[in-house]
Amino acid sequence: MSKRLTRRNFLTQGAAIGCSVAASPLLTPVSFAAAPTDNRLVVIVLRGGLDGLDLLRPRQEALLPVLRPTLSAGNKGEIPLEGGFGLHPECAPLYPLWQAGQLAFVNAVSTPYRDKRSHFDGQDLLEAGIASIEGDGVRDGWLNRAIGTMKGVDVQTAYAIGTEPMLLSRGDAEITSWSPDVDFILSQQGVALMQNTLRGDPEMSAAMATAMGLASKSGEGTMDATELEEAMDMMMDPAGKGARGAHVRVAEFAADRLREDARIACFSLGGWDTHFRQSNTLRTPLRRLVNTLLTLHNRMGAAAWQRTTVVAMTEFGRTAAENGTKGTDHGTGGAMVLAGGALRKSGVYGQWPGMDEAALYKRRDLMPTDDVRRWAAWALRSSFGLERSLLETEVFPGIELGDDPRLLA
Amino acid sequence: MSFSSTLAAHRFGYGLSPEIAPPKSVNAMLRALRGRDRAAKQFALPPVSDVHALTDEIRQLQRARRKAQKAGRDNGPEHAAFEAFKKASRPEILRWTAQGVLRRVWSEDGLRERLVDFWADHFAARGKNYSFRTNEAHYAETAIRPYISGKFADLLEAAVLHPMMLHFLDQNASVGPNSPFAQQRPKQERGLNENLAREILELHTLGVGGAYEQKDVRQLAKLLTGVRANFDIALQFEPRRAEPGAETVLGRSYGGAERAKLEDVQAVLRDLAVHPDTAAHLAQKMAVHFVADTPDTDLVASMKAAYLETDGDLSAMTEAMLRHPAAWQVARHNFKQPMTFLCSALRGLAVPVARLEALQGGGLQRYVGAPLRTMGQPLGKPLGPDGFSETDGHWLSPQGLAARLQWSLSAPVDLARPLPDPRRFVLDVLGEDVPKEVLFAAKAAESRREGVALVLMSPAFQRM
Repeated sequence: MSKRLTRRNFLTQGAAIGCSVAASPLLTPVSFAAAPTDNRLVVIVLRGGLDGLDLLRPRQEALLPVLRPTLSAGNKGEIPLEGGFGLHPECAPLYPLWQAGQLAFVNAVSTPYRDKRSHFDGQDLLEAGIASIEGDGVRDGWLNRAIGTMKGVDVQTAYAIGTEPMLLSRGDAEITSWSPDVDFILSQQGVALMQNTLRGDPEMSAAMATAMGLASKSGEGTMDATELEEAMDMMMDPAGKGARGAHVRVAEFAADRLREDARIACFSLGGWDTHFRQSNTLRTPLRRLVNTLLTLHNRMGAAAWQRTTVVAMTEFGRTAAENGTKGTDHGTGGAMVLAGGALRKSGVYGQWPGMDEAALYKRRDLMPTDDVRRWAAWALRSSFGLERSLLETEVFPGIELGDDPRLLA
Repeated sequence: MSFSSTLAAHRFGYGLSPEIAPPKSVNAMLRALRGRDRAAKQFALPPVSDVHALTDEIRQLQRARRKAQKAGRDNGPEHAAFEAFKKASRPEILRWTAQGVLRRVWSEDGLRERLVDFWADHFAARGKNYSFRTNEAHYAETAIRPYISGKFADLLEAAVLHPMMLHFLDQNASVGPNSPFAQQRPKQERGLNENLAREILELHTLGVGGAYEQKDVRQLAKLLTGVRANFDIALQFEPRRAEPGAETVLGRSYGGAERAKLEDVQAVLRDLAVHPDTAAHLAQKMAVHFVADTPDTDLVASMKAAYLETDGDLSAMTEAMLRHPAAWQVARHNFKQPMTFLCSALRGLAVPVARLEALQGGGLQRYVGAPLRTMGQPLGKPLGPDGFSETDGHWLSPQGLAARLQWSLSAPVDLARPLPDPRRFVLDVLGEDVPKEVLFAAKAAESRREGVALVLMSPAFQRM
C-alpha cells in the first residue's frame, strides 16, 4: 500500500518520507533560501481606485466643502496629521503606527496613465510599471523584473499570494502564487502518473509542481467547518462577511512567511470603486486595509516588522468633486500609503497641487505632481539597494529617480 | 483544420458525454442554436413573477426589521423573522443555480449554453443587496439567454437597461444636475454618476481601445439619466430625473428640446451596437474565448465582417466563426475556465439528473460552489463589470490547479455511483484522440478514484 500524502502529514512526517518525495521533481519542496538581507517589502495593490482625497482630507483647502459637500461634512473621529490633512476616521486604529513613526502617505501621485480612466488598463499599467499600455503591452510585472535584477537573492524567497494571479509579479523570475485553503491527497503512484501525463504541457506541469511543493509548506490541513461556512458566505456575497475574513487570513499568511525567510510579498485589496454613497462604501475597504496593516504588524513580530516597508498603491485617484450620487468617479492623481517599522518617520509626502479649478487636471481631477513608480522605486532601492540605473531602465523603464525622499531609516 | 465532432464538443460545448451524441456538423450546431431552447424548458426556472413575490416579502421583512432597530429592538422577533425567511428561501434560490448546472451537464445543444455563459460574462452584473442577489439567475435568463443569436443591439439593450445592471453600476442614483428632480432638491445636490456610461463604452461596446473620449463618457452619462430600476426590479424611465437638452456621443446628437425619453437612450445603444469598433471588440473577444488567446487574424476579420454586414447579427458572427478553418485548429490551447472544467467533468461522468437535483443547499456548495471559489471563479459572480479573465495564464495558477485536483479526487466519488472504470472513462471524455500517457495513467492508476482524477487533470481534458 502506498503512503498517502496530505499537507498535514507532509509537515509531521516530512523527515520520514523526505527522500522519496525529494526524488520526484513534482514534489520537491520549495527551498526557503536565506536572502542576503533582512529587509522586507510588502506591495499591496488597491484595486478600484482609492479616493486619496477622502483618505487624507485636505482641510486646508477652502474649496473642499464646495467640491465635496457630503464627503467633507463632519470630521468626527478624523485624525489631524500634518499640513492640514485629516485622516479618515475609519483609519483611527492606525494612529499608534503614526505616533510610532511607522505610517506615511504620498499625495498627488499617479502612473503615467491618463484620460481613459479604465480600471483594467490602469491596473495593468500600475503592475507592469511601464509608461504606456500601447504597443506590444509588456506583460511582466515590475516587481518580477526587480527580483530578476537582485544579486544573490534566491527568487524562491519571494511570494505572491492571493487567489488571483497578479501581473505585478508575473514574468520570468519565479514567484509563487498561493492562498492557504487548498488541500489534496494523492498517492505517490498517482503523483508519478500525473507527472507523466503533464509532461507534454510545460505550463500545466510547472504550475502543478509549484502547487505540490507549496502544499507541503503551507500550514494546516483541510478546510474546517468554519472555513467552509466562510466559503459559502463568500459565494453568496463576495463582498460580505466571508470576504472580511479572507483578507486577514491572507495577511496572516504573509506575516508568517515574512517572519521566516520570505522577503517580498504582494497581494491586492479590492472594493475602492466608490461611485455611490462613499461615506458608507469606502468604510469597508478602508477597514480591510487597516486590518491588513495591523495584522502584518501584530503577527510578524517586532524584529521582522522593524525591517519591513509596506507600500499600498492604486491605479488612479478619483474626481476632485463629488458626483451626483454622493460618491466619486474615476480620476487621476491619488494617494499612496506607506507603513512599516523600516520607515524613517511618519509623514505626509508629495507636492500638493491644490484644488482650485485651474490647479486640477482637466478641471476635474487632482493634478498628479509625481510618478507613483518613482516612490515604489525608492522603496525598492532603500530596501534592497537596487542600482539607480537598473531601476531607471529595467524595472521602471524611463522614470527618473530624482532626489532620495529618504523613506527608510 | 476541419470539423470534428470531438473538437466541437470540447471547444464549443461542455465536452463529451457517454450518453449524449456530440454535434455531427456545423450545420447541425447552427440548426440547434437557431431552433427551440429545449434546455431552458427541461430545466426551467420559475417565472420572474415568483422571484418578485419573493423579493417583495424580503423587502417587507427588511422594513419591519429596520423599524424595530430604530425603536431600539436589535434582536427582536422582526430580526428573527427576516433571518428565518432568508434561511428558508436559500434552498430555492440555490435550486435556480442548480438548474443552470444541469443545463450545462445534460443539454444536447452545448453551444447555446456556452454562448449564454460567454455573453452573461460580457455583461457581468451582480446584486449588491439581498433582493437583487435573489434575482441574479433571472438576469441571465431574461436579459441574456433569449438574445444570444439575435441582433447585438437587442442584447445590449436588454442587458444594460436591465434593473440588475442599473443597480450594479449605480445608474439608479444618477440624476441630471439640471433636471427638475435635482432642481427641486437643491440641498441634496443630486447629480451624475459615470459608472454605467463608462462601462458601456469600455466593456460592452467599443472596447477600451475604441474611439471614445472622456467627454463621450460624460455625455452618455447625461443621456442615461432618467433610466432606473424601481423597487419592483423593473425598468422605469423618469423624465424628471433626465438632464434636459441634447447630448452628443461620438459626434452624433441625441434627444433635444422636447421632453427626454427612453427612445433617445435606445437610439444611442443601437448606434454603438453597429459601430465598427464594437464589431472588432466583440469578434476578437469571442475568438479569444472560444478558440485561442491569440486567435488567427483572418478568423477575427471574417467574424467582424459578418457582424458588420448583418448590422450586428450574433448568429451570423457565430456562424462565421464555426465556418472558418482556423476555428478547427487541432492544437488545443485554451485552458478551461473553472465552471467549464467542472461542468464538463460532471457531463463526462454522466452524473444523473436526479443525483444533482437531490443536492440540497449544502451539497451544492460542497461540490460546486466552494470548489469554484477556490478555483478562482465564484459561481457566476465576477467582482467587477469586466467579468472573468479570458487569459489562460490567469487560470493556470498553482492554486487553481491544486483546487481542480482536489475536486477531481473527491467530488466524482460522491456524485457518480458507481464511479466509472477509468479505462472506459478516458474514452468517454476524450473520444478518439487520447494521448497515450493519459491512456496509460487510466490503466495504471491504483484506484478508480485516482484514475478518474488523472484523466480529468490531463491537458487533453483541461484544454479545449
